[in-house]
Amino acid sequence: MEASEAKSKKQGASRLCCLCNQRRPVLKRPKTLQQICKDCFYEVFEEEIHQVIVKNGLFKAGERVAIGASGGKDSTVLAYVLSELNRRHSYGLDLFLLSIDEGITGYRDDSLETVKRNELQYGLPLQILSYKDLYGWTMDDIVKMIGLKNNCTFCGVFRRQALDRGAALLKVDKLVTGHNADDIAETVLLNILRGDIARLSRCTSITTVYIREGDLHTYAYFKKLDYFSTECIYSPNAYRGFAREFIKDLERLRPRAILDIIKSGEDFRIATTTKMPEQGTCERCGYISSQKWCKACVLLDGLNRGLPKMGIGRARGGANGDHHKETKKPASAGRSLESKQCGSLDF
Amino acid sequence: MACNSSGCESGGCYGREKDNGRKAVDVKETVTLCVKCKCNEPMTFGDGGSDDGRFCAECFRSNVYGKFRLAVTSHAMITPSDNVLVAFSGGSSSRVALQFVHELQVKALKNYEASRDRSLPVFGVGVAFVDESAAYPALYGGVSDAIAWVRSTVLSLSPPGKDLHVVPIESVFGSDSVEARDRLVKLLDSVSDETGKEDLLLHLKMLSLQKVASENGYNRLVVGSCTSRLASHVLTATVKGRGYSLSADIQHVDARWKVPIVLPLRDCVWQEITRLCHLDGLKTVELARHPQSGINDLVSSFVALLQEENPSRECTIVRTAAKLTPFYFNKIPETDDSCVPMATQRRLKKFNLKYDGSMTTEAFCPICNCPLNGSDSSEDESDALYAASCSSCRFQILPQDGSSLEQFGSLLPHHMISQVKHHQKVDSQTYLREKIKDCLLLDDEEAV
Repeated sequence: MEASEAKSKKQGASRLCCLCNQRRPVLKRPKTLQQICKDCFYEVFEEEIHQVIVKNGLFKAGERVAIGASGGKDSTVLAYVLSELNRRHSYGLDLFLLSIDEGITGYRDDSLETVKRNELQYGLPLQILSYKDLYGWTMDDIVKMIGLKNNCTFCGVFRRQALDRGAALLKVDKLVTGHNADDIAETVLLNILRGDIARLSRCTSITTVYIREGDLHTYAYFKKLDYFSTECIYSPNAYRGFAREFIKDLERLRPRAILDIIKSGEDFRIATTTKMPEQGTCERCGYISSQKWCKACVLLDGLNRGLPKMGIGRARGGANGDHHKETKKPASAGRSLESKQCGSLDF
Repeated sequence: MACNSSGCESGGCYGREKDNGRKAVDVKETVTLCVKCKCNEPMTFGDGGSDDGRFCAECFRSNVYGKFRLAVTSHAMITPSDNVLVAFSGGSSSRVALQFVHELQVKALKNYEASRDRSLPVFGVGVAFVDESAAYPALYGGVSDAIAWVRSTVLSLSPPGKDLHVVPIESVFGSDSVEARDRLVKLLDSVSDETGKEDLLLHLKMLSLQKVASENGYNRLVVGSCTSRLASHVLTATVKGRGYSLSADIQHVDARWKVPIVLPLRDCVWQEITRLCHLDGLKTVELARHPQSGINDLVSSFVALLQEENPSRECTIVRTAAKLTPFYFNKIPETDDSCVPMATQRRLKKFNLKYDGSMTTEAFCPICNCPLNGSDSSEDESDALYAASCSSCRFQILPQDGSSLEQFGSLLPHHMISQVKHHQKVDSQTYLREKIKDCLLLDDEEAV
């Protein structure tokens, strides 16, 4: 009797959740290495997000909010938690799922099925926008034309604009995305590596809940959330991959380094004059732009003219400069070019 | 055309084909000339690096030396009245720095001897070698050989003659070598983080250089850090949460120290430096490094990987970081010293106009001497050392529990601790009063 009692006591003493001291711990939290139980983990995780929302006054009651949903773990957790918090704390928000179909066979078509299931599971109306409808090109088409280098540039630029257009279509007030701390850290590093001081100053200024990727995985796993977990098939050559690998190695040596990278990003002494570009509108489609043409139009124009390098790398006179010459040509010259303007929405 | 085949063994295989003044022309490849002077044959280093076979030896050398000289003159790093201490580790970068400083000095001496009025004195040069063997006992055997080699190298670089100072790193604790060594070992042992230990050693190294410089009347410390070294530093600083102070570390001049540090090789890349050593037959010595398994090493490997993918990556990294706003101490301070030639004073004034006039005084971390970001300070800290230190040193160097922290403080060199006391004494009212005292009309506070 004594032996088994002692044994269970020993187990009990060293093996109780750090936070509630009642339940059995089932995981070691990646961020803090604390041993905690499932319920406490859910609580701290959801509370952290709630605190950021409240402290930063992110939403007002009655607002329509679109959640960028890809079907991946980040956006799935985001959709789940946000709808849960909306209910629990009565944010009074009208939530929507907004998904972008880039036209990547064997990847996006599968993940979209997940989002359609999320629509039913979370009871959030879903809107899907496709590159095909917006731009006349799928990523499959684009990769066929330009190969596997720089394709991420196209996709990223198109998707950001697509999300904005979708948000306008849904008439929402805010758009939320599932970028996590690891993403932001990668972005900080990338901007240092590629010399983009302006982006370096902007990338940490948007309100983000700095959730570690490890915590997201853990939450999704224990909550048994339905998500799609494959790498984009076109991403192996992405430069971001370098930063990602490095961060994974770094995390093994010092887990808090990821948050330290973000801290550095916030603390960099960057002159305020370098911060914001002047906001204007694109002459071609009316979308927000700091140049004559928005980046999406520049890229699209390049694709349509069979000049896929346009808009990639440093501008020599710039596509924006080149365009000026082109407008003098008779309109009839471009047969299907005119019809391939990006988007049909008025801004 | 430089021979591109990897199987080629000899360095200048194309050059030997000349016959009776006629250049032998390969059907596929033609002999090319240096892209700069268009006279001489280009050098091939065969090291697989970029730009191989484009410049002749003279042009290559003058490119690198030119960058050095430009950095020195445009930042007023070395002026006739200065006494300059070159930090020499025996590695390639500091060997090139030493060589170039010596050549500058030789030229100055020549001009001095040729000039009629001898108005411009020749700057003095000394060399410092930091002996880290107390921190790495395993290296003990190699150190005395290294020191002997350093001594003979410095001797060969005269005239003008240069003093050599061999500085044991433990000298920051005091002159009693046994006690000092003991204290060093105890101090390093109490740092549990691998990276923290490496960084603490770097801080102690700088302290020892500062000590020998100020004790021997030097007013400049030349450090041979090149672009590549700075690129790694940019990333390590970012990764350790030191984004605020980063811009202080990567400029040409760092005058927050008693003896200002200058980086004349800041704009040269590692590849240029190693090629130059090869070209000029500059010997170097590489002491067996303590196996580094921390963040610093991870970052070096990462940068090496990026360099493979794109040889200009190091330059881009440093260029990006150079766009960060430097600090007021990142320039040689102007001086009214009459010993300093007028030309120098004028140049300093002109250069200093580039910086905005805000002479804000910064508080500095007592351990790493980085400028502290206001948001970092925590006021209700029971331990003065903890309160005064930056967040990075707090995490990776200072012990985590209270009692160990006190003991750690007692082990630190006096110079670091004295800064803490100073930091504590200045309360906000006194500090503000100091700043506005020139505007105050009345001396008596109560009259306000």
